[in-house]
Amino acid sequence: MDVRYEEQSTTVWPEDSLARVPYWVYQDTPNYKREMERLFEGATWNFVCLEADIPNKGDYRTNQLGDMPVIVVRDANGAINCFENRCAHRGALIAFDDGGNVQNNFKCIYHAWSYDLCGNLKGIAFERGINGPDGVMRGGMPAGFERDRFSPRKLRTTTLCGLVFATLSPETPPIEDYIGADVLGRIKRVLNRPIRVMGRFVQPLPNNWKLYVENVKDTYHASLLHTFLTTFRISRLTQGGGVLVSPDGGNHSSYTIGIPEGANADAYKQQQIRTDQDGKFALADPSVLDSVEEFGDHIQLQILSVFPGFILQQIHNCLAVRHVVPRGVDKMDLVWTYFGFQDDSPEMNRRRLKQQNLVGPAGFISMEDGCVGGFVQRGTLAAADHVSVIQMGGSTAESQETRATEASVRGFWKAYRRHMGY
Amino acid sequence: MDLARIVELNAVYARVIDTEQFEEWPKLFHDPCLYKLTTADNVAKGLEGGLIYADTRGMLEDRISSLRKVNIYEGQRYRHIVGLPVVLGEKDGETETETPFLIVRIMREGQMDVFATGCYRDKIKPDASGALRFHERIVVCDGRRFDTLVAIPF
Repeated sequence: MDVRYEEQSTTVWPEDSLARVPYWVYQDTPNYKREMERLFEGATWNFVCLEADIPNKGDYRTNQLGDMPVIVVRDANGAINCFENRCAHRGALIAFDDGGNVQNNFKCIYHAWSYDLCGNLKGIAFERGINGPDGVMRGGMPAGFERDRFSPRKLRTTTLCGLVFATLSPETPPIEDYIGADVLGRIKRVLNRPIRVMGRFVQPLPNNWKLYVENVKDTYHASLLHTFLTTFRISRLTQGGGVLVSPDGGNHSSYTIGIPEGANADAYKQQQIRTDQDGKFALADPSVLDSVEEFGDHIQLQILSVFPGFILQQIHNCLAVRHVVPRGVDKMDLVWTYFGFQDDSPEMNRRRLKQQNLVGPAGFISMEDGCVGGFVQRGTLAAADHVSVIQMGGSTAESQETRATEASVRGFWKAYRRHMGY
Repeated sequence: MDLARIVELNAVYARVIDTEQFEEWPKLFHDPCLYKLTTADNVAKGLEGGLIYADTRGMLEDRISSLRKVNIYEGQRYRHIVGLPVVLGEKDGETETETPFLIVRIMREGQMDVFATGCYRDKIKPDASGALRFHERIVVCDGRRFDTLVAIPF
């Protein structure tokens, strides 16, 4: 079977359209391996941590670029370095925790090889051998061993509004060019001052990582799947808004503007959409939706993604970054970091704590995104050769002033196919 | 406070969830109250955010009406195994206790998995009728991984 998939996934996309995607792309193990090399280790910027996670010299965090474990660390000059979390000797993890602080070096616990904060191999235990009882040195590394040639792979890092990204490729363009002006503006809109982390949770999902990224970019589904969004007018297709897609397709920002719907106010009722429970479902304590205008532009919901696996979310005053970590062909981790700002008042802090009920694994809105990817994964098990139809709003991937479109999903496939060579 | 009554409160709490009498769940709390679902990691780092955060009985009721009428998820139920409470102290008429729990999640097609373990950190006091109720229940999960989704409260 592997051979058959290999043939499929290395030959041609079934139809030369962004609006058709074959289901083997969520199932095929050789394809997954290629994604690791061509996407995550390729010319992409991957979210690795927040600057707030590593404020001081020696502060580090561990993360992954696809399957590749990495260490992100702030050095004595204040620069942020990133290198593969793999000892040059036998390949053991150099750091095996979420993060912490080291003085001047990392030391592998297996054989005590040590690395400076740039990831350079600096010390080899008993490099010159050991004196025997007869006073003769024995063992150790050969005299010609060139220590400088053995270090974990080093990544380039860049920071943007307190976010830290890393790339293994020398080809990846500067982050601003990579993201594109429109989407970049929407990152700066939210991350406009120092943040503070409020909580972290991990949501393992029973689906290929791309199904979640597509879900995030899918502006069409939100008010149809999520009753909470629709009933409480957090986001309806009839409200003002749209979707921005970067020119290369990979990055997006969708937004809902909190203004009355006017003539369209009854559109969901007319179509008998399940999620419109207006009048039928009410909150006993609506304080969960008590929000204030925070960014001065009436945008009450903004979901933003940076290819391949970074997401920034603003739903009213509920702010989070989400990181998509692949865990094999049919599993992934969604890592949630809730945040607020350092200058939040106690009232704003409480407001954010309450609104966090909307998102995360138990989120009134987000919990449904946790299961729907698994439904696709299971629904397509016997349909590797079939395709999904992604044609709302046409077959192209440009920005649109409506969310009744799948433009940014097609944008994902545009970027994906370019990186993968499909 | 009589330990047997605290044990009984915990047993009733687990039973109303495991037997899907969800509407009884908010009634086991005072109003206002604090119910928070979080992790040992977040508690250790002083991070206040929760998966679920409710500070009124109304917010607890909304959790239930949402899971009954609104949210979409595959059929599942829980089996709580609740350990014995340790009384940590008494203050202002409230008893502070800590009780370990284990939750097995039983999925629609019959799969049973350990979904969460942790401890309840509680502040308990009687209501006007003398019945013990939670003034505060912080659910501190040992792990930080929550598989697929959390529809039913812990």
